[in-house]
Amino acid sequence: MARDPWDWLGWASLPLLGLIWQGAAWAAGSRFLPGPLAVAAHLRFLAQEAHLYADFGQTLLRAGLGFAISLGLGCVLGLTLGRVRGLDRLFGPWVVVGMNLPAIVLAILCYIWLGLTDFALVLAVVLNKVPLVTATIAQGVRSFDPDYDELARAFRMSRGDRLRLIYLPQLTPHVLTAARSGLALVWKIVLVFEVLGSDGGVGFRISLFFQFFDMKGILAYSCAFVALIMALEYLILRPLEERLLAWQSDRT
Amino acid sequence: MAIGPDIALDLERFGFAGGPLLFQDLHLKVAGGEVVALIGPSGVGKTTLLRMVAGVQGGFAGSVHVAGKPADQAPRSGMVFQDARLLPWLTVAGNIRAVSPAMADAEIDALLERVGLGGVSALWPRQLSGGMQRRLGLARALSVNPRLLLLDEPFVSLDRAVVRDLQALFRQVVAELRPTVLLVSHDPEDAALLADRAVILTGRPARVAGEVALAGPRGPEDVAGLVARIRAVSG
Repeated sequence: MARDPWDWLGWASLPLLGLIWQGAAWAAGSRFLPGPLAVAAHLRFLAQEAHLYADFGQTLLRAGLGFAISLGLGCVLGLTLGRVRGLDRLFGPWVVVGMNLPAIVLAILCYIWLGLTDFALVLAVVLNKVPLVTATIAQGVRSFDPDYDELARAFRMSRGDRLRLIYLPQLTPHVLTAARSGLALVWKIVLVFEVLGSDGGVGFRISLFFQFFDMKGILAYSCAFVALIMALEYLILRPLEERLLAWQSDRT
Repeated sequence: MAIGPDIALDLERFGFAGGPLLFQDLHLKVAGGEVVALIGPSGVGKTTLLRMVAGVQGGFAGSVHVAGKPADQAPRSGMVFQDARLLPWLTVAGNIRAVSPAMADAEIDALLERVGLGGVSALWPRQLSGGMQRRLGLARALSVNPRLLLLDEPFVSLDRAVVRDLQALFRQVVAELRPTVLLVSHDPEDAALLADRAVILTGRPARVAGEVALAGPRGPEDVAGLVARIRAVSG
């Protein structure tokens, strides 16, 4: 396949953003807009002398737990609602209500009912995310091709083989969509919830920086956070997606 | 060599929910090792009959027996669908293993070689041509049950050269394995070329309008004559 002549622009994208940021910092000349070099130096200091790793570890654990539970639970509920029409009729409106409940309301309710604990935070994340995963998976199940069902019945495939060879492959693109949107959403929610009530984590630390107008701290944590999410996206999610969906294209 | 099982359809009534009767007092017998073509217009119920023999379609009054057993309790049949209906997320070999998990790699390779698909076991279905996909559909059916083949319009939507290749492959399989075959087609020429007997279905509820015996080797002139006979019965 011919190479895209504009490929190099992709590599130039982030350096260009850094240059513009540095230029703006020089032009502003204010401690409220430090340049990327100053932020990088501060990030190094925070990593060596302060709580950066502990904060990231705490946030990662909360987000990872919330993400994994939401995805697992949402897949089970989505499969059930997608296959059983009666349950879909009964509980479908609950999913719509869940999708429209503001995340901040869920966090406040969980904190009031359960106290400012990690359990309350993770529960709020799960309650916020599960409806979206459920709706995505249920939609995927409804779009299953009935021809493959007929094939499975004609060749009398076992329940396990049907699940493994017929249903899960059709569900995979929907699970990946739910995972990708979940990953994007869960981090942001966890950070907001940490600002609202937590004793550690990236959100908690950024709220402290905010109280002291510590722009270098806020930007250092933000940049590290974005780098981490991009690493997850490019080092784990995309290779996983390419592997699982290799049958759709010539990527392998 | 053991020939394929016999089939007996004795349908009293069948219709899809909310629809008109599709079959009423329809009876059909297929001898073991016989190749029978079901010919008729679109919508007459040919594919539904095939699905009944495969044990996929229930809800009818009457009986469908394969080798003396109710169709859904008889050994699986080798079904070839109208579209190739391959699982696109499995490789060529994976598509066969999906329905015949006990087959060893070497057996799968030998089967693929037999249908002219040697060396492609690791490819994805999308990397095969239309004709190759149909060959794989036939290989998959053979892996399940080479003694009972149910073919639903296996040559539809293919160009003539590919159809000729597939028909030659089909004749070769029939000569080697002596399976019982139910071949559904809307084209009398398929029957004239490949079947021992053509059963012509017509009307609603469907009835057997007539049968044409087609046994024996046949050249192009014979085929033209047989097609004319089938068309005459079809009206």
